[in-house]
Order: sequence, then C-alpha cells, then structure tokens
Amino acid sequence: MATADLVTPFIDRYHAARTAGLPGEDLPWLEQLRADGIARLKTLGLPTRRVEEWKFTDIRKLAAADFQPAPAIDGALHPDLAYVLAEETADVTAVLVFVNGRFRADLSRTDGLPAGVTLGPLSTALAKGDPAVATHFGRVLPDVERIAASGFLGLSTAMASEGAVLCVPDGVTVDGVIAAVFLSDNPGENPVITHPRLLSVIGANAEATVVETHAGRDGAGPTLTNFASELAVGDGARYHHYRLIRDGARGYHLANSHVRVGRDAHTDTFVLTLTGALTRSEVNARLIGCGGDLRVSGGYVGDGRRHIDNTSLIDHAVPDCRSRQVFKGVLDDASRGVFQGKIIVRRDAQRTDGYQLNRALLLTRKAEIDSKPELEIYADDVKCSHGATAGEIDNDALFYLRARGIPERTARRLLVEAFLAEVLEEIGAEPVRERFTALAAQRLNAHAQPVLEEAA
Amino acid sequence: MAAVAETIEQVRSVAEERYKYGFVTDIEQERAPKGLNEDIIRFISAKKEEPEWMLEWRLKAYHTWLEMTEPSWAKVHFPTIDYQDAYYFAAPKQKVAPKSLDEVDPELLRTYEKLGIPLNEQKMLAGVVAVDAVFDSVSVATTFKTKLREAGVIFCSMSEAIRDYPDLVRKYLASVVPVSDNYFAALNSAVFTDGSFVYIPEGVRCPMELSTYFRINAENTGQFERTLIIADKGSYVSYLEGCTAPMRDENQLHAAVVELVALDDSEIKYSTVQNWYPGDEEGKGGIYNFVTKRAACRGRNAKVSWTQVETGSAITWKYPSCILQGDNSQGEFYSVAITNNRQQADTGTKMIHIGKNTRSRIISKGISAGKSDNTYRGLVRVLPGADGARNFTQCDSLLVGDKCGAHTVPYIESRNPSAQIEHEATTSKVSEDQLFYCRQRGIGEEEALALIVNGFVRDVLQELPMEFAVEAQKLVGISLEGSVG
Repeated sequence: MATADLVTPFIDRYHAARTAGLPGEDLPWLEQLRADGIARLKTLGLPTRRVEEWKFTDIRKLAAADFQPAPAIDGALHPDLAYVLAEETADVTAVLVFVNGRFRADLSRTDGLPAGVTLGPLSTALAKGDPAVATHFGRVLPDVERIAASGFLGLSTAMASEGAVLCVPDGVTVDGVIAAVFLSDNPGENPVITHPRLLSVIGANAEATVVETHAGRDGAGPTLTNFASELAVGDGARYHHYRLIRDGARGYHLANSHVRVGRDAHTDTFVLTLTGALTRSEVNARLIGCGGDLRVSGGYVGDGRRHIDNTSLIDHAVPDCRSRQVFKGVLDDASRGVFQGKIIVRRDAQRTDGYQLNRALLLTRKAEIDSKPELEIYADDVKCSHGATAGEIDNDALFYLRARGIPERTARRLLVEAFLAEVLEEIGAEPVRERFTALAAQRLNAHAQPVLEEAA
Repeated sequence: MAAVAETIEQVRSVAEERYKYGFVTDIEQERAPKGLNEDIIRFISAKKEEPEWMLEWRLKAYHTWLEMTEPSWAKVHFPTIDYQDAYYFAAPKQKVAPKSLDEVDPELLRTYEKLGIPLNEQKMLAGVVAVDAVFDSVSVATTFKTKLREAGVIFCSMSEAIRDYPDLVRKYLASVVPVSDNYFAALNSAVFTDGSFVYIPEGVRCPMELSTYFRINAENTGQFERTLIIADKGSYVSYLEGCTAPMRDENQLHAAVVELVALDDSEIKYSTVQNWYPGDEEGKGGIYNFVTKRAACRGRNAKVSWTQVETGSAITWKYPSCILQGDNSQGEFYSVAITNNRQQADTGTKMIHIGKNTRSRIISKGISAGKSDNTYRGLVRVLPGADGARNFTQCDSLLVGDKCGAHTVPYIESRNPSAQIEHEATTSKVSEDQLFYCRQRGIGEEEALALIVNGFVRDVLQELPMEFAVEAQKLVGISLEGSVG
C-alpha cells in the first residue's frame, strides 16, 4: 500500500477530532501549529524503510491498521495496571496519571511541590493560557532536521489534546521524583491510538527529576502510543529525565523527544525499555549554550519478536559542550535491536567533546542488532569518538563462573544482568538508578526462569 | 604545536602544489560522436571488434541503465550530469594496432614517462612491475607479457580478453557486480571501453606486481574502464592501480567497475593510488570518481585486501567491498582519503560476512583540509550462517582548519550471536589522551605530536607495496619522520 493511502485515515480522524473539539481552539498559535502539523503529515507521509532514519524499523504494517481513538477509562483500572501504577507512584514527590491519553485527577497528586512550580495536565494549561506553554509547546526545537523523516510528530501536534506540563521557575529545586505515568489499555481487539504529550520547562539554575512511564498490560488489545515530549532546559539548570517503557505484549510505542540544553546546563536522559511489541525512542537534542552537558542513554531487554529502536541526534550548535550517548541491550529469541545515533558538530562548535557507545548482546541465532553510530563534524578542535560492539556472552567469563561451581544458567543470567547493569550506571539520580536496576534484573529473571516462577 | 603546524603545512603544500599531472598530451584522437544511445554502443563494440554476445550484453545493460535513476544518498553535491554531453569513446589514433612497444606513438610513451610510468621495459622499476596502461578509452600497452605468460598468468586488456579468453570473461564478468547493481555500474557495463583482465591459474604465485595506469586525456570524455581479476585456487596476485588526468575546467566522469574473484586459498591484494585531477581551489573542474569495486571471496580461506590512497578527484564516491562467502575467508580494507579545497569524498567499504569464521578488518583514515568534506561510509553485515565471524573497524578523522567537514557513517548489522563486531571511530585534532600518554613517559610535546601524527596514516601506508608506498607518502605528505612501507 502506498504511504499516501496510509496517511488518509489519520487525516480523516484528525478532522473527526476537530469536529468533536480539541482543547485550545481559541488560541491562534496552537491553531497554526496544528495546521502546520497536519500539513507536515501530508507532505512527509508515514515513514517507510526507504527513509534513512527508518531504515531498520518497518512500521508499514502497523500504520496500515485501522487505529481508533482509545476509549476513555474512567473507573477502576485493570488490576495489572493498578499494580504498575502503585509501583510507579511509590516514593514520588508528585504524580500525574494519564489513562488512554486522558488525565486522571483522581489518581494524580501535585501537592507538596515548591511554590511557583506548576505541574498539571496540558488541557488545563491551555485553558488557563499558561504563558510557558504558549512559548514552548511545539517550539522547543521547531526546525530539527529529523522531523523531516516522519509525519508522526506532525500528527502528534495536530492531535494534541492532553499531556503533562511541568514548569520549574528559575532557581527552584524540586526534591525527589516527579512521575508522569501514561497507561494504555484496550479491552477490545481493534487497535487504538493515543497522542499524549509532555512539556518540561526548567528555569535557569533550577533542578528537577522526572520519571516518565509508559505502561500497558499483556492481555490488552493492540495500542499505539504516538508520544511527543519537549524538554527546555534553562541556563545552569540541572535536569534529569528518565523514561521507562513497560508496554503490554501488543503495545506499540513511537516517541519523539525534543531536548534543548542551555548554557552550562546539565541534562541527563535515559530510556529503559523493558516490554512492548515495538518501541522506538527518538531523541533530537540541541546544545544551544556554551558549557552545556548532555547525556542521552538507554538500556533495553529484547525477547520474543520485540523490536527496540533507539534513534538519537545530538546537535552541537555552540562551542565547549559535552555529550554522551551510551546504549546497551540484550537481545534474546527473535528480537531485534536498532541503534542510530548521530552527533553533529557545527562549524563554530569548537572544543566539543562527544562520545557514543552502542553495545549489544545477542543471545540467540535469530536475534539481530543493527547499529549506525554516525558523526558529522565541521569543527576542527573537537574530540569525538564512537564505538560499537555486538557479540555473545564472553565464554571466558562464563567458564570462570562455571569453574567456581555456578550452574550455567545462573552464570549466564549473572553475566547478562551485569552487562545491562553497566549502562544503568549512566543514570545520574541515585534512587532512580537503583529502581531501574532492580526492574531490569527482575525483568531478566522473569524471562530467564519462567518455569521456576510459575512453580513458586 | 610546531610539529602539527608543520604537518598541516605539508598537507597544504602537497594538496595545493600545482597538480603536476595536469598537462594535456597533444595526440590525435579518434572519438565516437558525442552522446549516448544504442548506436554509440554499437560503435564502441564494433571499434573493439567484439563478438556478438558482448554487444548484446552491452545493449541489455544500456536498457537496464535507462530504467534506473541516479542515486543521491551520498554526502556529495554536484550539478546534474548530462550523460548526452560526453564522448564515450576516445582513442589515440593509430593506423594499425601496435605489435610491440616500438610501434606505439612516441608522444604517448612520453606522456607515461612524465607520469612516472616507464612503459619501456628497460626502465622498469627493477623489472618487478608489469604495467597495463589505459589511455582514455583504450589499453595502450601491456608490458612483460612474455614473462607472465611463462608463469601462466593472463594479464591483458579487457578487449583482448573478450577476444582471446571469452569463456573466462563470460564466466566471471558481472558475477561480482551485476549489471543492475547500481546506476554507474549499469552505465559502465553498457559503455566500458577497456580495462585490465587478470587470471592467475591454480597454485601460481604471480611473479611480479601487476599494475594498471589510467589516464584521462581527451576533453569531454568519460572513462569507463572495467577490471576483472580472477585468482584461482591457491594463487596470489598483487595488483596496483594509478590514475591521473589533465587539468580541465569542466568535470569529467570516471565510472569504473572493478571485480575481483578469489577462489579457495587464494589471495588478491589490490592497491590504488588515486590522484585524478581534483579541480582548482574554487572547485572548478576535476574528476567525478564514481567507481564500483567489489571482491567476492568465493573459496575457503580466500583473502582479499583493498588498500587505497585517495588524494585526487573533485568527488570520490566509492566503496571497495568484500563478499566473504567462503568459510575462513578474509577481507581487508585500508584507506587514506585526503580532501582539500572543495573536494568531496564519500568512501568506505562493505564487508558482507556469509561464510563461517570469516574475518574482516577496516582501517580508514580521513584527513580533511580547506573547504572539503570527507565521509567514511561503511557497512559490516553478518548473516545468520556466519558463525564465528569477526570484524574490527577503526576509522579516524583528522581535521585541518575549521572550514572542512569529517563524517563517519558506519552501518553494523549482526544476525549471528557468535559474531564479534567492534567498531571504533575518532575525530580529532590530536588526541589529548595520546599526548598525555606520551608526555607521561617523558617524551617532549613536539616529539609526541610528531609521533602521533606520523602514526595517524601509518597503518594504511604500511599496507601498500613498496613502489606505491613511496609515491603515496609523498602524496600524503604527512609522514614526519622515518620510513613507511
């Protein structure tokens, strides 16, 4: 099927959504963004493998499904989702919960934040005419070149109705973790889609930590989350943003994150992909002030026929910045991992320090890794390097453990766990690092010993 | 930073030194009419007195080409090429075919002498290199034929091979690079005019280095040569290729196809020093070097090694590749690419691991200066059956000045858990870590810098045969001390 045909149903649904009403219709700037978004979707269509950035991720089949808007779920959550939510909201400073793209005030909690910090649903911010949203929404990186690769972001902007908005004023520190939880559920069999958003505006010298979780449940019908987030990090700010993907077995997730890092700001981002049928996390980041420091890293566990794609573009637009990307994953069964990382160092971005590492552990003959670490450099006084490796478990290490009486299965699990634990070290915020590490280990164990678990 | 400054100066001076091969030989040319159509192909085929099957093959290729579109994915920019505005056949005019070197136009011989390719056997580099010289579209002379024939080695022009060894040609031609492989390969298949053919019989170690020298002389011509090298079981050959062209304001297209076939236990070493005219400082003129080079390691334990020193051409767009089919086969790629002024290079390799325990090694060094762009683009693909495959890739870029660009685009695709793939790349002025390491061991800063820069391209130059290493070293102009090769 030609891509044009694939796009038409999405456009029809956009018009249907307009008729039903989308928030912020009285805001001319938003109307303009929506019009631009749908225009971009029309021009670009949905990505095919012929588009370089989508070379390794084929979503044609997925896009051909007849996606209906996800149904509202107002009452009690499915026990599986309630369980995940309880986990995600333990020990957090504040939490916003969205179920199928709709805000659930009854499950959210925003008291206890320092004065001046706003945290709330996008619809409310639009209704109130929040100036930070008017300035930043859809405009954190308005001209990123990768946008050109896909119509999904345009679709997200056009369809935007709900999401999480966090604004931390200059100089304010938010202690603890702010959680944004996006739950997907589909009681039926027809595929459903949501277009949630996230916007973080971190003021100069402010500090905050956000954990953004996307979760579903295995028994649910197909769900597609077409997610877009924007992070604007002010000068001298310290911002930590971690994504956790715990989608259901038929959960599809396409995320597009735009990150803008100010002068002397420190931003560290991480995505841990644990479950879900297909997950693509795309990061477009730009360092716009000297002395900026950015980390874009991630870890993943692949099994079954899962597909995990981490694509990032880091744009060093100014001198004296640092960036670091480390991605590691374990691929079992017939799963497939994709890493496409690109660093651009612009003409004037002297003394840039860029680093990229991608390592994949292949556990079976059917697993596959496709890796493309790319450098595009136009400044001479730079230090940029990248590395990529792919291979199986180190036989020497395995032998070492076996020689010490550790059964092979355990030894393998230990080595896999250690392999993944290493990348989790990239997470700057300690409590999150510990939690993510525990979750990853739990996930690996659940996979490695299904029989034992059932017995227990 | 004196040593670095010196190095930079050397790179500049070498690259800016008036292109010494930019002269034009005033020699009477015989040309096909301008443009490209079936008649031109018939003309070329007739001129070369080719058999009917060859003409049919060309025409089929031409029709394939017509249906293809020019690719645009490389990181190079150039105005649209008008394929009708070029001559597809130009040959030095000669009444009768020369029977020996003595009958070759002395003007032509002088040209090759100026290029430093002494065709005259007596003047050969200690008699170790056999040369096939291709002037515009035709192979002018192949030296040392007798000695090679004694060893059983076939080394002749492609036209002769089509005439004298049709079975070999039909068996292997386009078996590595199919006609429809890419736009330029299809074009080449339709209009290729000459090139070299090498066949090394079973168990023979070729007694000397074989060499081809390509020269584009005539105006408005494209050069489309075709090289086919077959190393039969247990044989070995080292092959050298050099290229130059006169300075002209218009761009000239060079779209060659090189195919290597390595059977069981054989080894082919293919070295290129590419010094086509790069255009002037403003990027006017110069050669578009769009070449398809590919090797098939068909047999067990076969080995192919590509070494290239790319200093010329306005645009270089080529990826010498290895298809590692045979178990335990090996592919190597060593490359130094230097771009200056407005040159653009998008070059690299592809290593396709199919057989078990196949190994590949990629060492690429890119040096960008002036306003040039230098891209390494490479693919390492391990297929499910390639148990125990091993790849190591290192690509380093050095930027000289702040108006140039250096880019690295590796593709790594692995579908076998027992395969080990490692890729490393750096882009730098001079690595602070390396400097620190040297300094820590009591080496002075200047010396340390010299050492590091000297080491930068060394890995690759060492792979070149002696005769070329010297030339390449001069071309690179970056070796600060000691000898290379």
